[in-house]
Amino acid sequence: MSPLQLCLAFSSLLFAVGLTGALARSNSILVLLGLELMLTAGSVNFIAFWRFGPPASPATGVVFAIFAIAVAAAETAVGLALVIAVYRHQRNIRLPEANRLKG
Amino acid sequence: MPPSLETLWLVPALPLLAASLGALTPRGGRRFSAGVAIAAMAGALLLSCLALRAALLDPSAHLVHNFRWFDLGNGAVELGWLLDPLSALMCVMVSLVGLLIFIFSLGYMCEDENFTRFFCFMSLFAAAMLGVVIANSLLLLFISWELVGLASYLLIGFWFHKPAAAAAAKKAFITTRIGDLGLLLGLVWLYDSTGSLLLYDGGNGVLEAGVLGNLGTMALAGGLAVPTAISLLIFCGAAGKSGQFPLHVWLPDAMEGPTPVSALIHAATMVAAGVFLIARVFPLISYDQALAADPLHALTVVAAIGAVTALLGAAIATAQSDLKRVLAFSTISQLGYMMLALGVGSWVAAIFHLLTHAFFKALLFLAAGSVIHAAHHEQDIRRLGGLGRTMRTTYATFAVGMMALSGVPFLFSGFWSKEAVLHAASEWAVSQLPLYAGLVGVVLTAFYMTRLLCEVFWGPARSPEAAHARENTGVITVPLVILAIGSVGLGFLGTPAWPWLESALTGRPVAPRSLLEGGGLMALSIVLVAAGLGAGWALYGRKVRVSADAKDPFSAAAPRLFGFLGARMRLDELYAATLGRLNTLGAALADFMDRWVWGGAVGFLALLGEFTGSVNSEVDESGLNAGFNSASERIRGAGRAYSGAQSGDAQGYLRTVAVAFVVLALLVLLGGGR
Repeated sequence: MSPLQLCLAFSSLLFAVGLTGALARSNSILVLLGLELMLTAGSVNFIAFWRFGPPASPATGVVFAIFAIAVAAAETAVGLALVIAVYRHQRNIRLPEANRLKG
Repeated sequence: MPPSLETLWLVPALPLLAASLGALTPRGGRRFSAGVAIAAMAGALLLSCLALRAALLDPSAHLVHNFRWFDLGNGAVELGWLLDPLSALMCVMVSLVGLLIFIFSLGYMCEDENFTRFFCFMSLFAAAMLGVVIANSLLLLFISWELVGLASYLLIGFWFHKPAAAAAAKKAFITTRIGDLGLLLGLVWLYDSTGSLLLYDGGNGVLEAGVLGNLGTMALAGGLAVPTAISLLIFCGAAGKSGQFPLHVWLPDAMEGPTPVSALIHAATMVAAGVFLIARVFPLISYDQALAADPLHALTVVAAIGAVTALLGAAIATAQSDLKRVLAFSTISQLGYMMLALGVGSWVAAIFHLLTHAFFKALLFLAAGSVIHAAHHEQDIRRLGGLGRTMRTTYATFAVGMMALSGVPFLFSGFWSKEAVLHAASEWAVSQLPLYAGLVGVVLTAFYMTRLLCEVFWGPARSPEAAHARENTGVITVPLVILAIGSVGLGFLGTPAWPWLESALTGRPVAPRSLLEGGGLMALSIVLVAAGLGAGWALYGRKVRVSADAKDPFSAAAPRLFGFLGARMRLDELYAATLGRLNTLGAALADFMDRWVWGGAVGFLALLGEFTGSVNSEVDESGLNAGFNSASERIRGAGRAYSGAQSGDAQGYLRTVAVAFVVLALLVLLGGGR
């Protein structure tokens, strides 16, 4: 098994864990954690293809990863603010109960 | 244009303003409304006097001010006012008598709670009457004429809580309306034939020679000239308003109104409007005299109706027992004299009698009002009596009015005006019958007035009300005294020796004649007056009635005649039996037609409409609506199904996305790309 394959297997596992967390947990903070894991899996893919793939311009994969991390940080900040807002309304952060905006 | 002509419109406008202010015054503003009304009448009197002075500068001129009211097709409806001695004299008479009656009303109506309303209506009446007098357009005259009728209706029915007053008001309104219909038709016909309703319009007015000449050439199928037909229609209106024979029945009933109303409207002014109208359009009415081919002259009809009315009114007055009703029938009789004078061609004599009559009849009515006020609204002469001792001023003034009305010679105005009427009648070429009717009327007038005086003022008081009667205050007696002075003095305006009135009215100097002109006739009428007075005194004065139940001497002598006259010749019953029954029959027929014929047709149409409507609705319900309903139901079902997917569960959505993605990926992988 080449190092690239190993890395891709790892990132797939990471993505699957994240997806499961996002779909299955009802605590919205844990759902956010799942989302972060899926993003991280994407970043790992970038790094792996940059490190083991055909030669390219010097820092493409790293730049992608750094951008993804920055965006993820911003997204988490917004997500946590939403969690706090949800908590203020319903005195808990259970996602299945936050359905008051349905049609 | 002289200033008096320019301001002439103010003469009716001032009382009209007072009426509108009075209408806006709350019930408590008694002082204000009466003050405004009296001030307006005083202003109108002042302006009328100025107008009279201006008119007498050139009595033959007809000063007019015409203006266009609105355009109608190719023509225009024009209104205007007219200043000549006739209108100015009438203005002065109406506003002077009106003013005195207003002042009298201050005392007479002081206990009435609707005092402000009374003065509002009285002002409205005065405004309308003055409008009639100054109108230069028959249309304006007709408008005012109808307003007079309205005011009369309102005032007769002033005490409308009394059923008799309400009925009398209706009767007056409807009866005069019958005459007014004729008047309106006459005016429409006149407008159709001449294109104008202006009386004087610089040669184009309907009373001027050019227009009359054109009108005279037209004739109807029966040979009746058009001017005659129009004149007769106009006379219908005059007969209704002036209580002439077939239409006189409303006037006695109108006595249900307050006594000042009777004095102002039903004695002095309004009923004179008909006489005034005929005098005003005299050139038109008398025009057919010149048409030899005309089978009937309008004036002949006027004279005949006048003579019948004069005689009939006087005869019925002899047997009435209500103080005001005697005076009412006397008014009818005197109006008959005026019409008679017009009919025999002497409109000057008619106006002379109108002016003097206005004063002495207003005097008599106000004196009667004074009696009624003092005797707590007792007006049955059998239950009065003895008032001559307690009410000296009223007694004296009533006696003056009574002598003026009876035509006591030389001193009293009624003598001179009645002589003028009789003199004119004696010179009528067609027939002497009106003269004889007039002479008989003289005897009857003197007789019933003597009876009235004796019954009311002589003998013992025959009821507690009469016994407690005391003389009224100055606000009531002063107008009586002023009117009494007028009743004496006015006669000297028209004596044969100084025919001032005739020259003023006709506009040409009239040579003075001997004071005793037509001496034979004058002597005869003096003898007749003496006979009437003597007969009255012999029956009622020599042995005065002692109790209210005592039999009337006239009734004792001729009970059937007395009963017949007392029941007003049963004319009301005759009308009820003929016209009333005809009307009821017509109403029943119309009711039948309405209910069954027209009602049936309308009902059938309604049923038809209902039937088509129900068919329509059935088609809608079962056919069209079902399709729409099922389509709508399906749309709603689809919507409901979709809305189930909107659970609001974010993770659910995400799961769907994930599953869909997996399915998509499998499709792509297994399907081999594209």
